[in-house]
Amino acid sequence: METRSMTLNMGPQHPATHGVLRIQLELEGETVLKAYPIIGYLHTGIEKTAESKHYRKVIPLTDRMDYLAPMSNNLGYCLAMEKLLEIEVPEKAQWARVCLTELTRINSHLVWVGTHALDIGAMSMMLYGFREREKILGIYELVSGQRMMSTYFRIGGLAEDIPPDFDTRVREILDLFPSRYDEYEDLLTNNPIWRNRTIGVAKISPEDALSSGLTGPLLRACGFKHDLRKANPYSSYDKFDFDIPTNDGCDVYARYLVRLEEMRQSLRIIRQALDGMPEGPFVADAPGIVLPPKERVLSEMEALIFHFKIITEGFCPPEGEVYQGIESPKGEIGFYIVSDGSPYPYRMRVRPPSFVHVGALDKMCRGGLLADVIAAIGSIDIVLGEVDR
Amino acid sequence: MGLEEKIPEGILLTTVDKMTNWARKSSLWPLGFGLACCAIEMMSTYGPRFDLARFGMEVMRPSPRQADLMIVSGRVSNKMAPVLKRLYGQMPNPKWVISMGACASTGGVFNNYAILQGVDKILPVDIYVPGCPPRPEQLIEGIVKLQEKIKSESVRRKKK
Amino acid sequence: MIESLERTEARLGDKFGGGILEVSHFRDELTFLIAKESLIDILIFLKEDAELKYIFLTDLTATDWPDREERHEVVYLLYSFESHSYVRIKVRAKEGVKVPTASGIWDVAGWFEREVYDLFGVEFEGHPDMTRILTADGFEGHPLRKDFPLTYEKPQFSHSVDEPPEVVK
Repeated sequence: METRSMTLNMGPQHPATHGVLRIQLELEGETVLKAYPIIGYLHTGIEKTAESKHYRKVIPLTDRMDYLAPMSNNLGYCLAMEKLLEIEVPEKAQWARVCLTELTRINSHLVWVGTHALDIGAMSMMLYGFREREKILGIYELVSGQRMMSTYFRIGGLAEDIPPDFDTRVREILDLFPSRYDEYEDLLTNNPIWRNRTIGVAKISPEDALSSGLTGPLLRACGFKHDLRKANPYSSYDKFDFDIPTNDGCDVYARYLVRLEEMRQSLRIIRQALDGMPEGPFVADAPGIVLPPKERVLSEMEALIFHFKIITEGFCPPEGEVYQGIESPKGEIGFYIVSDGSPYPYRMRVRPPSFVHVGALDKMCRGGLLADVIAAIGSIDIVLGEVDR
Repeated sequence: MGLEEKIPEGILLTTVDKMTNWARKSSLWPLGFGLACCAIEMMSTYGPRFDLARFGMEVMRPSPRQADLMIVSGRVSNKMAPVLKRLYGQMPNPKWVISMGACASTGGVFNNYAILQGVDKILPVDIYVPGCPPRPEQLIEGIVKLQEKIKSESVRRKKK
Repeated sequence: MIESLERTEARLGDKFGGGILEVSHFRDELTFLIAKESLIDILIFLKEDAELKYIFLTDLTATDWPDREERHEVVYLLYSFESHSYVRIKVRAKEGVKVPTASGIWDVAGWFEREVYDLFGVEFEGHPDMTRILTADGFEGHPLRKDFPLTYEKPQFSHSVDEPPEVVK
């Protein structure tokens, strides 16, 4: 009898694709022969738009790429620009940045654990994840006035000094979250349904992982102890003491364990950052690049001129090109900036981790079952805003 | 004199319009799909802190055939626009559209080749919610406004 | 400059002196501009050399220089887990000239190359699936080229349906 494989179209409107991902699946019965991701349904032209904006004004665009980790994106872009302009960021700003990017990592992983578990069938995890996330959004709101698109980092430091009750509010989180993580572990780690749906599912060999360019928790779940925070330290990460969790499982469960441990390590970093928060200025002293403080703008002629010039004309970095990669919650997010000496970036390229990870979806899904495709998508933790940009 | 005296206890009088509108506004079923950043705030709205179930809206339907409210949450790219239009076409009447956030309403900061400058170019929008992204309270306000709008509609006009 | 990059520069210079057109250092970053013909050999060498071990392709992108004769510049960024360093490789190509694909060396290269093809119109020779990836179906042109307009809409001050907003190209 002649048999034919079946082509199934999943998405772009599908509750478990985390946005507008579309996958063409070739199936034989319930076994996946091929998974072909079709992306671009959220193509925003961010790289093109950035070329028409002053360097300062690109920062809000970076927020809207990986909208679950806005501070990480800001940090990557600001570090790249600081490298290009050779600006030394004051210690206090660096410490605050570390503190906030680690909160961002927890924020992103909380949404991940909620939606991923929801996709596989654990409904209440989503409610738990979002309950804790609100606390972190409260911190965002405290420092920047916005819940999600904070745009709090600036080239050279921070937009504002950290508010006085920042410390107590973050410490509340530090005290509360460990018990909440235990709760997640109680619900999932030894849950037989969870284990059956994740162990041995969507495996990718370490060689394939390297060849496919996987980074971040996905690479660490293949046994590689690689983390840019340790390997190429930026923003004073070398002064913090933390571990890089790894796992040899290469499957969905391994990724789950790695991310859960990362959330605990992030708390460790935040505690150290709060304890050792230095005193001093929150932005670098770089006239012509960093906006002067508002009080001086209102009272001094020179400051007013600088303010006016930066806002209307921007500033011209030297000609050249830089790349700065940082460890975002999803993996390595890198900013490659080409400057031609004008106030507009000649090219602003983002190396998006999610984009790369979607490319590896085929390898993970081949030979598995249709239902495991959902687990695979959840485990690579994609954000379509960053995939399509 | 007066009709009121003739009607026995336990009987309520209303119009067909009022009754259907009351039923419709109290159980809006939104289409469960998100586009971009605003979708995350939409999920927060369904989440534990803001709890949209208080307004009779917690039933997210993954299939457009069972939904009567589309919340366009995020920027609509030119590639997504035909898909969105088809989804809207698949929803049964009567149906409503909320355009959530600056991108869906006007294109927002992304005024370029890839993004549709306002979803109202392809769909009839009932409520625009401003913000980038709007806070969950803002979305709830938009939904409450929509419920008020539904209350003022007539069954006959919406039927076409 | 960082020691490991000096080693890379020396070793690559010994091996492929003729293939390297230009070496530049900027902000502790090492960039090679190389001839298109020796691209694949150099990439394989960097990946498989026991000393250098640039086994990871971090990024593959392009830039567009319409004033130059060879307007396309394809940029490869490699990473070594041993020395924790990046090295950047560039090749240039004229409009319509194909660049050899790196998808045989890294799987992810094929995925990146599709993006470059879509946004810049650089074609890669030997790529198994040279199709558009991000832009809408039926899209014309390559948006990240400098001569492609941003295509923005002017703000509309009229509420009349008969006066649609002006689109600037």
